[in-house]
Amino acid sequence: MRFAPTEEQAEFRSAVKALLVDTCDIAAVRASWGGEVGRHTEVGQGNGRVERAWKGLADMGVLGLLVPEADGGMGMTQDAFVGIAVEAGYAGLPDPLIETAAVAPPVLASSSEPLASELLARIASGEVTVGVGFGESPLVPCASTADWFLILTGTAAHLLDASAVDITPLSSVDGARHLGRVNWSTAASTVLVSSDSDAAVLTAARNAAVTFSSATLVGLSHRMIDMTVEYVGERHQFGVPIGSFQAVKHELADAALGVEFAEPLAFNAAHLLSVGEDATVAASMAKSRASRASQVASDACLQLHGAIGYTVEHDLHLFMKRAWALSRQYGDFRSHRAVVRRALLGS
Amino acid sequence: MDLTWTESEQRFREECREWLRANVPAEPLPSGDTSEGFAAHLEWENLLHSAGWAVVSWPAAYGGRDATLWEWLIFEEEYYAAGAPQRITQNGIFLLAPTIFEFGSRAQQDYYLPRMSAAQDLWCQGWSEPNAGSDLAGIKSRAVRDDERGGWVLSGQKTWTTRGAFSTHLFGLFRTDPEAERHRGLTYFLAPLTAEGMTVRGFGRLDGDEGFAEVFLDDVFVPDDDGTTETMAAGGILGEVGQGWGVAMSTTSSERGLTLRSPGRFRAAAARLLELAHDQIAAGVDLDPAVLDAVTDAWIDTEAYALYTLRDVTGVVEGTPAGARSSYNKVFWSELDVRLHEAALDLLGAEAELDGSWMHGYEFSLSGPIYAGTNEIQRNIIAERVLGLPRK
Ligand SMILES: Cc1cc2nc3c(=O)[nH]c(=O)nc-3n(C[C@H](O)[C@H](O)[C@H](O)COP(=O)(O)OP(=O)(O)OC[C@H]3O[C@@H](n4cnc5c(N)ncnc54)[C@H](O)[C@@H]3O)c2cc1C
Repeated sequence: MRFAPTEEQAEFRSAVKALLVDTCDIAAVRASWGGEVGRHTEVGQGNGRVERAWKGLADMGVLGLLVPEADGGMGMTQDAFVGIAVEAGYAGLPDPLIETAAVAPPVLASSSEPLASELLARIASGEVTVGVGFGESPLVPCASTADWFLILTGTAAHLLDASAVDITPLSSVDGARHLGRVNWSTAASTVLVSSDSDAAVLTAARNAAVTFSSATLVGLSHRMIDMTVEYVGERHQFGVPIGSFQAVKHELADAALGVEFAEPLAFNAAHLLSVGEDATVAASMAKSRASRASQVASDACLQLHGAIGYTVEHDLHLFMKRAWALSRQYGDFRSHRAVVRRALLGS
Repeated sequence: MDLTWTESEQRFREECREWLRANVPAEPLPSGDTSEGFAAHLEWENLLHSAGWAVVSWPAAYGGRDATLWEWLIFEEEYYAAGAPQRITQNGIFLLAPTIFEFGSRAQQDYYLPRMSAAQDLWCQGWSEPNAGSDLAGIKSRAVRDDERGGWVLSGQKTWTTRGAFSTHLFGLFRTDPEAERHRGLTYFLAPLTAEGMTVRGFGRLDGDEGFAEVFLDDVFVPDDDGTTETMAAGGILGEVGQGWGVAMSTTSSERGLTLRSPGRFRAAAARLLELAHDQIAAGVDLDPAVLDAVTDAWIDTEAYALYTLRDVTGVVEGTPAGARSSYNKVFWSELDVRLHEAALDLLGAEAELDGSWMHGYEFSLSGPIYAGTNEIQRNIIAERVLGLPRK
């Protein structure tokens, strides 16, 4: 029994953290905002990508972490990725990391299509990104820059070239998301796996998206809490730091408490994915807690910043808006609790 | 990550389970916080001890079986899953013993620990006073030096002393230096409740049990430790004179953290809650979906607590114990316990008020956010010592 990353995993995670501090600072997150539609055009000219960070992640092997060694990856398991997803959240990395590096590779690797193997190698090298969507015409982040799309319906995993889909750009509250509604047809897709042959792969893909978005939310929440701890330590009112007021302390303690107990649930779900067990309930437990914790944290952190937090000049909103989006993408707090409830009580 | 148990841990679990299956009383004992129930629980403690299950993680010489911390967790899980009786020895074995292991002399360990595991000495915790609750450093009870007789003279009043009326010994904090600043000048004393000058008055709690006591000390003499059994039988000091605060704080993290409230207890309660929900659904009781959500929330939080504990134990085993982060545990398990019992009462509907095990459990759960340092105090600790917010 050992509930902790291996020493190697912990070192790798700190190296990734250092890379992101270096390549994905707040200015880079801000610069990734912008786009062809909506109210963010005046904020930035970005395309939702931080190329320097992405290249660094490729060079370090992060993008190929779950790609089989035969396809140029590291052939590792999901428990090596979960801490990295937390760091990506903490940094506010807008790129489609969990989709490209954690959801797509196991699906591709389970397919015997020659195209799949080719794509795996290009994921590992950082040449391509994969947009992932669930359902008929899904909302996909970083849609305008994705090279490939993996669309998971309840019954199959479809792979489509970017030129084979029709993307309607949509403005997200988080200007770094570069969201698109993806319309596609089975005529143009390659079916990688179907529920007849390999339902477990489809389930695992859903569980990976749920688990790693939970981990990302944990990172985002930690970041918002850290920013707020720093702010309330500096800001003075009534002649004292506002962080010395007990109402402020308790609100932050509660925010931290929720995140503290969401985190092990995400690690547990990643562990189950690693050992090939069904992680459906575990992933839903994680998402239900991480979504709620991030909502509590963003509410508290905005409130404790006062008006300065209610501006786009301040950095808090960059993380808060991502948290609003991610806490509902791949299912919100209640829908995931309902998954657990049905498993426990049958209704 | 490795979330599997070794073969020897699995064997250990089997062994626990079999012994408990054969020995746990079929009918629950009357509450250990009543005089009738206390006697029954004492018998149970004797049985546990004779079979070597009283303090599994202690050295065999002190009545344990040298179990690892992981095995202790397994034992706790099996213990509560089997519905075994509450531990009336808990204030000794979970709160005092860790302090004796850390601060006691070899002679003190050899004397007190075997008697404690055998439930010969039953310890109660004498910290709180009428005017020192959350503000524990405001303790007024005194210990005055008596050089002539070679010892200390204790006087004052302790209160809220759990099971004080049924215990044989008290561990507590007393002021040895009235001049020193609040946290300084306190000393950690051990004393028998049978000593001359001790008066114990039990009184009722919210749940009707006589689980509380006031302890009045009227010039109780505690002799200096000369290493003999006679003086140790008459009491003593743990750690140095004037260092009582630091010594006492070492038990608080045991009290807040995993030793007092292992996840096994909540897992067993969550399993009973699910069973109750299934029964009510099967009986066709019309339940609001929000009640089923509350049941689910309690179950998820129990799992979260269990996983958090695995992480904590990994930390302890690898030399990075939780420290101030044990305040997260305390807030989480105590509030989880309340919500879990509230969900059960909601499942029971109008029958919740019947004097049954769920209502009794609910009443007890309500004390969790108060004892072992109130949750307001824990939130202060989280904010100041974990997150690093300014104290003033
Ligand atoms: C079931 C039970 C068993 C107990 N067993 C024992 C025992 O065996 N031995 C023992 O010594 N004690 C025991 N206690 C006592 C327990 O330790 C105290 O109740 C606890 O420390 C709180 O002290 P108090 O009751 O005096 O409340 P107070 O300290 O008066 O607090 C009252 C309220 O004010 C709040 N408050 C106080 N200070 C602050 C602050 N700085 N910031 C914010 N809020 C604050 C508290 O959180 C609480 O909500 C037990 C209590 C219970 C309920």
